[in-house]
Amino acid sequence: MTRPVTKTLEIPVADGERNPYSLKMGPQHPATHGVLRVDLELDGETILKCTPHVGYLHRGFDKIAENRTYAQTLILTDRLDYIGAMANNVGYCVAVEQLLGFSVPERAKYIRTMVCEMSRICSHLLWLATHALDIGAMTVFLYCFREREILLDLFEELCGARLTFSYPRIGGVRQDVTRKFIDELQRVIHLFPGRIEEYETLIDTNRIWLKRTVGIGKLSGDKALALGLTGPCLRGSGVDYDIRKHRPYDAYDQMDFEVPLGSDGDIYARYRCRMEELRQSLRILQQCVDMLPPGPVLDKDAPDLVMPLHKNTKGGEADSTSYGTGIIKFMEEQGIYPAGDIYVSTEAPKGELGFYFISDGSARAYRMHIRSPSFIHISALPTIAQGELIADLIANIGSLDVVIGECDR
Amino acid sequence: MESMEIAGRLQAQFPDQVLDICSFHGQVGVLIQRQQVVDMLRWLRDTPGMQMNHLMDLCGVDNAKKDEPTLQRFEVVYNLYSVPERHSLRIRAQIPEEDPCIDSISSLWAGADWHERECFDLMGISFNGHENMKRILLPEDWQGHPLRKEYPLKGREEWSGMEELLHKVETLQQFGFNDAQNQDNEKT
Repeated sequence: MTRPVTKTLEIPVADGERNPYSLKMGPQHPATHGVLRVDLELDGETILKCTPHVGYLHRGFDKIAENRTYAQTLILTDRLDYIGAMANNVGYCVAVEQLLGFSVPERAKYIRTMVCEMSRICSHLLWLATHALDIGAMTVFLYCFREREILLDLFEELCGARLTFSYPRIGGVRQDVTRKFIDELQRVIHLFPGRIEEYETLIDTNRIWLKRTVGIGKLSGDKALALGLTGPCLRGSGVDYDIRKHRPYDAYDQMDFEVPLGSDGDIYARYRCRMEELRQSLRILQQCVDMLPPGPVLDKDAPDLVMPLHKNTKGGEADSTSYGTGIIKFMEEQGIYPAGDIYVSTEAPKGELGFYFISDGSARAYRMHIRSPSFIHISALPTIAQGELIADLIANIGSLDVVIGECDR
Repeated sequence: MESMEIAGRLQAQFPDQVLDICSFHGQVGVLIQRQQVVDMLRWLRDTPGMQMNHLMDLCGVDNAKKDEPTLQRFEVVYNLYSVPERHSLRIRAQIPEEDPCIDSISSLWAGADWHERECFDLMGISFNGHENMKRILLPEDWQGHPLRKEYPLKGREEWSGMEELLHKVETLQQFGFNDAQNQDNEKT
């Protein structure tokens, strides 16, 4: 996959015997988690300079969002971080609700918190699977996918989709949870602690794993914050910044959970943080199931959505504009909403997912900017990788937990 | 500290730079001139009691279609947050149309590097003092800046590199490099 370029670079080095060369890793390299290209300048196996290139997956979400109504833009957010799509949907809905001033029923808040945490578990499982695979631990990969399958089945039971959900709505969620879903979820909550221990047995006592992760890719807390890292990558360096605690949204202010912190800031610390987060997510899930209040799941003032299941008949024929495209009957009149700007962020599995909106009062966003954690995390890669070995670069990319769909938008 | 109070202290510190303070849904935005943006942000980051050490977001805005004559054509918006103090503030630096540039803050936050490149790429605002002011999401030979309001949503032309690519394919075919289907046919 990687192909060394024959032309040598003229970099002055002390030792005349050495010959630095450049290597282009990606965009089809299996360990780059998507279409990430990293240009490396190497001296033997040591990285002299590392330059990541992104943009292969740029779809212009910011521009598209300016030309669609708020309800229509929701489906784009699935395609950001497609591993934990539910967290993106919720993040988007929370932001639009704050911007336009919609309220959300209590029950919907709990359901959203629940699906957010399920999505976090899904994302962390996939991260653990691929990260372990990159480092060379094949078994964990299969174990993680086994459990992820259970959660995806649950999502399917909930909303019919397994990856791109669009289940939350502006002002609530699309439909109520079923009895079967709650029972299954309860079973999962009992099942998972044992499974997490299984992964830890496979990894934590593995000497190769420890050699590849402990003390590699170190970042101090201040440096990580200056680089803009968020989520488990920042908390692995010991900075207590979790948006669920700092600026609680949905039902997180009523949940009792801890924020796991690391201290060393190396790959192992980030790994430990994520494993503890899995346990905390299970705790939150249990509380959501126990405390789930009755009531409606969609606010009565929520924008009207016409779903494709019910044909919007006009004189016996399906209305071609709304049928098939799904969601569209958002109020199109001008000047019905407050005009202003707002930045709302939520704790997505990868880090801080922020939406900056400017509203001019119409049903379309005047400007939408997505602050995606992966984009910032990749920009930190040169700082982390410089001076380390090329094999550790793979481990570092894995531990930053990046998804290119979210990075390129 | 309340965001309004921080905005007030910022105005007291830099009276000739702050143009306006506006509040929306509890979030406070400070409109500033672009000249001293680095000093202002450094002051917000380093002053005890403020400690806005987390740059949450940086993006460019095109005000061309807004009905507010007081605003300049472009804006760069900085969303700041203080992790220890738990307060936030938004800084909106005004940038005129004829000279779209502003000083880079990548010396304050290393993470601003790619934010600024993205802003340059999509909005066409360049950042003075940035070491690597190149396009990041779009190809380097791209024309125009898509997030400007005059940029169309759909283009009418093909991608500029398309003709070159087709020509390359033709040349290869002349030398006997056929596509996969032809090769299969030859085998059978």
